[in-house]
Amino acid sequence: MSTVVITGFGAITPLGGDAPTTWEGLLAGRSGVHTLKQDWAADMPVRFAAESAVDPETIIDRVEARRLDRSALFALIAGLEAWADAGLGLDADNTIDPERLAVVCASGIGGMQSLLGQWDIMNDKGGRRVSPFAIPMLMANAPAANLGLKVKAKAGVHTPVSACASSNEAIAQGLDMLRLGRADIAIVGGTEAVIHPLPIQAFANMQALSRRNDSPETASRPWDTGRDGFVLGEGASLMVIETLEHATARGAKIYGTLAGAGISADAHDIVQPDPTGHGQKSAMLRALADAGLTPRDIVHVNAHATSTPQGDVTEAGSIRQALGDDTSHVVVTGTKSMTGHLLGGAGALETFATMMALVDRKVPGTINIENLEPDLGIDIATTVRTLPEGPLAALNNSFGFGGHNVAVAVTNAHQTR
Amino acid sequence: MASTEEIRTELAAIVNEVAGVAVEDVQLDKSFADDLDVDSLSMVEIIYAAEEKLGVSIPDEDAKNLKTVGDAVAFIERAQA
Repeated sequence: MSTVVITGFGAITPLGGDAPTTWEGLLAGRSGVHTLKQDWAADMPVRFAAESAVDPETIIDRVEARRLDRSALFALIAGLEAWADAGLGLDADNTIDPERLAVVCASGIGGMQSLLGQWDIMNDKGGRRVSPFAIPMLMANAPAANLGLKVKAKAGVHTPVSACASSNEAIAQGLDMLRLGRADIAIVGGTEAVIHPLPIQAFANMQALSRRNDSPETASRPWDTGRDGFVLGEGASLMVIETLEHATARGAKIYGTLAGAGISADAHDIVQPDPTGHGQKSAMLRALADAGLTPRDIVHVNAHATSTPQGDVTEAGSIRQALGDDTSHVVVTGTKSMTGHLLGGAGALETFATMMALVDRKVPGTINIENLEPDLGIDIATTVRTLPEGPLAALNNSFGFGGHNVAVAVTNAHQTR
Repeated sequence: MASTEEIRTELAAIVNEVAGVAVEDVQLDKSFADDLDVDSLSMVEIIYAAEEKLGVSIPDEDAKNLKTVGDAVAFIERAQA
């Protein structure tokens, strides 16, 4: 089975318009959460979110941008950044065999802003004014398809959908494709863009969102006793993965190894995690087994940690169950405290952060913890922590509505950058 | 009633907005598909926008026959008459 390595990162997030700025923001402990300035936000029960730090329409050409949902704009920006970061070009400068190139770009919800925007046009101006681009804009696979068109991916273009676990599932699917010999190289990750009154109202009605309107920057506070729900974020994170043979043959710089992935389902409830943590634990143990790692190898977990009252406690328990006595050696962090929750983009963003933590040997702190929930039994970083020298392995957890659990394992093996 | 040139100018602005074609390239003898590289979905959007801005109705069965900028301008002129 091929070893799979990570050779490029791209991101557009609430902390920055690219991957390096996002990583700097995470290490600096910056919050990307702000009060929303849109007129519609004034009367909402939740009036803040973690918007992208950069407007994607200032980056993508105007004519192209008007045919793409915001989620696809994010995916193109982050995907092409990852492609360039991997040392790869476009068009005549694209040296990759298209038949061996895949794209797996997830979205949790799809082109919801396009769907709702076109519905508004139909109601306001009549059916004839609905854009003929509406369907290719709103379909959930549009970000993957548009990215695939740009890089000429012909080995397969896919869009797994599993709510907030979607982009970790995309990483897992890309890993499988490379191991099964269906491609040599892939762009994998996810995107989301649903900062719009309808999803905010709907999440708020579920009692899923923080209502800390008077202090948005401190609203996302995983494991703090005052946590009251997640903070909606938007953006995308994509990475280039390739077989070690392919990367080595072309002289690519390597961040580290995508060592394994573990997937499970709770079969418990459509939105609540199984309080026993069984499914979450299974995903982590399957990722370890898939990667050929033991709990003792894990030095760091980037937790799903959305800042919900139940979810954060359940996850702490499942980490303890999965890693057992070795949990005391593991630095756990919750980077959604800074980025908010990117839903279908979250897993890939946090896998990026997990890999960078191993590259720089620095784990970002979880911000906004004033009073730590007692008796969690895990070591939570509240400031930047340094990781030891030598071989390192880490896990990233993502869990989604529907009971989807996906853990991704990365190591610093084969690292050349 | 607008002149041929006024209609061409309005149409050029729409083609620029929808497909990014330079307004000076939108001349009567140009084919939307072959010369201006306007794809089929963009053409639909151009027709709908022209209906709204120029106050005419362009039925889908007629729109299919508008191959050149001149075809479209002539259709709109007749429709406005």
